[in-house]
Amino acid sequence: MIVRFEAEGKLRPLMIEFDESHKYPVDRVLDVRRAACESVGGVGDRYTCRIQGQECYLWLEKGRWFVAAKE
Amino acid sequence: MARSILHVDQNCFYASVEMQRNPELRNRPLAVCGSQEDRHGIVLTANYLAKPRGVKTGMAIWQARQKCPELVVLPPDMAEYIRFSRMAREIYADYTDQIEPFGLDEAWLDVTGSASLYGNAMEIAQEISHRIKFELGITASIGVADNKITAKLGSDYKKPDAITRIEKDNYKEIVYPLPVEDLLYVGPATKEKLRRGGIKTIGELAEAPVEFLLHRLGKMGVVLHTFANGQDVSPVQNTEHIPTVKSAGNSATTPRDLVNNEDVRLMLLLLAESVCARMRELASRCTVVEVYVRDTELRAFIRQRKLATPSCSSTEIADTAYSLFLANYHWEKSVRSIGVRGSGLVEAYECVQLSLYQDDQRRQKWERIDATVDDVRHRYGYMSLQRALIYTDPLLGRINPKDDHTVHPVGFFAG
Repeated sequence: MIVRFEAEGKLRPLMIEFDESHKYPVDRVLDVRRAACESVGGVGDRYTCRIQGQECYLWLEKGRWFVAAKE
Repeated sequence: MARSILHVDQNCFYASVEMQRNPELRNRPLAVCGSQEDRHGIVLTANYLAKPRGVKTGMAIWQARQKCPELVVLPPDMAEYIRFSRMAREIYADYTDQIEPFGLDEAWLDVTGSASLYGNAMEIAQEISHRIKFELGITASIGVADNKITAKLGSDYKKPDAITRIEKDNYKEIVYPLPVEDLLYVGPATKEKLRRGGIKTIGELAEAPVEFLLHRLGKMGVVLHTFANGQDVSPVQNTEHIPTVKSAGNSATTPRDLVNNEDVRLMLLLLAESVCARMRELASRCTVVEVYVRDTELRAFIRQRKLATPSCSSTEIADTAYSLFLANYHWEKSVRSIGVRGSGLVEAYECVQLSLYQDDQRRQKWERIDATVDDVRHRYGYMSLQRALIYTDPLLGRINPKDDHTVHPVGFFAG
C-alpha cells in the first residue's frame, strides 16, 4: 500500500501494490470516516476510493490496510 | 431545570466485539471465557444465541458446555475491548463532555446542555445508537431519563439494540413492577432485608415510609427510597482518569515486642512481602520506601528513601526499610509496632531501561521469584510458602499480613 502522510497528520492512499505486476493507483478518494466492515469484520478508517472507474472501500485498522468490495 | 441523562450499555460487549471481528461467529452460540488452564475458567459474556440456552456470566466453562455442547469458547482480548470502549467514548464526546464511564461497556452521559445544539435527548440517543452500529458494528441499549439511576433502569429494560425513555408520564408503569434487585446498589443482602420487610418491587420500595426504611437499612434506606422514586440527584462525574492508588502499606502491632535487629528484620520481610504482593496486584512499582516504627512508649517516627529504580521486589523493599531502621533507631526501648509502605507508585508496565548492571539484573530476578511465589500462594494459601527466616520465630512467623490486613476503601459516594 503506497500512502502519502501529510504534514498535518492526514493520510491519503495512493496506490495498492499486490506485487510488481499488479499495481492499482487510486484515482480519487471520495470519502473517509470511521466504519465497521460487515463483510469481513474489522473497524477502522474507511476510505471510499475510485480505482479503475470502480468504487471500493479501503480500510485502515490498527496500522494495516485491507480492501473490501462496496456492496 | 430537569436534566437529560443517557445511560449507554453495549450489549454482550466482549462477545459482540468478537462477532464483529469474525463474521463466522455471528450465527453461533458464543461465550468469552477466562483462562481454562487455571481450571477456573468462567464465562465472562455470552451472546444472544448462547444466553437462551442457559449460558450465564459467572458459570464455569464445563457447565456452559453442558447447557450448550456446540458453544464456541474464546479467550478475552482485552486490548481490543479497550479499543472499542475508547472508540465508543469518542462517539459520546461528540455530544457532551460530561461522560461517566462505568466499566468498559457502560457510560452515563449528561446531555442537558447539548439539547440546543444536537436535538433533544431522544434524538441524541438515536444518533448515538445508529453511530455505534455503523462505526463499531455492535449494538447498545440506551436509557433516557432525568437522573442516572432511572437512566440505567432504562438501558436494562430492553436488550438488545433499544432505546427506552422513562419520564414522569410512564415512570410508575415501567419502573414500579421491576424487582427491587434491579435497582443500582441493591445486592443480595439488601434484597433479602427488603423482602423480609415485605418489599419485592421497586414500586413497593418507592411507596414505603422513609422511617421504616431508615430503621431497617439505616442511611442507605433513605438513599434507596430516593432512587426508587426517581429522585437521584448525583451528577454525572466526568472521570478523565480513574483515581489511582498512590501507595501501598502494611503495618502491624506485633504479638510480642521486638527486642533486637533480627526480630525487626523478620517483620520487615513479612510486611514487605505483603506490600509487594499488593503492588503487583495493582500492576505497580514503588519509587519510595517508608518505614514506620513505634516503640513501647508509643513514640513513633517515619523515615523514607527514594529508590534508584522503581521496584516491587520484596527483598529490595525489605532491605531498604531495614537500612532506614538501622540508621534511625537506637534501641532505647523495644519496638511495639512496625510498618512498611511503598509510595510514589508507577505503572509496572512502563518500559524499564534494561541494564547491564548487576543490581538491576538481580532485582529483576527477585521480582520474578516474587511473582512466582504470588502464584503459589494464590493457589494454596498465603502461608503455604514462606521464607526460611520466618520459620525461625514461631510467634511472629504465624502472622499472615496479607489476609488479615484490612485495606480501607475509598467511599462509594466519593467526590
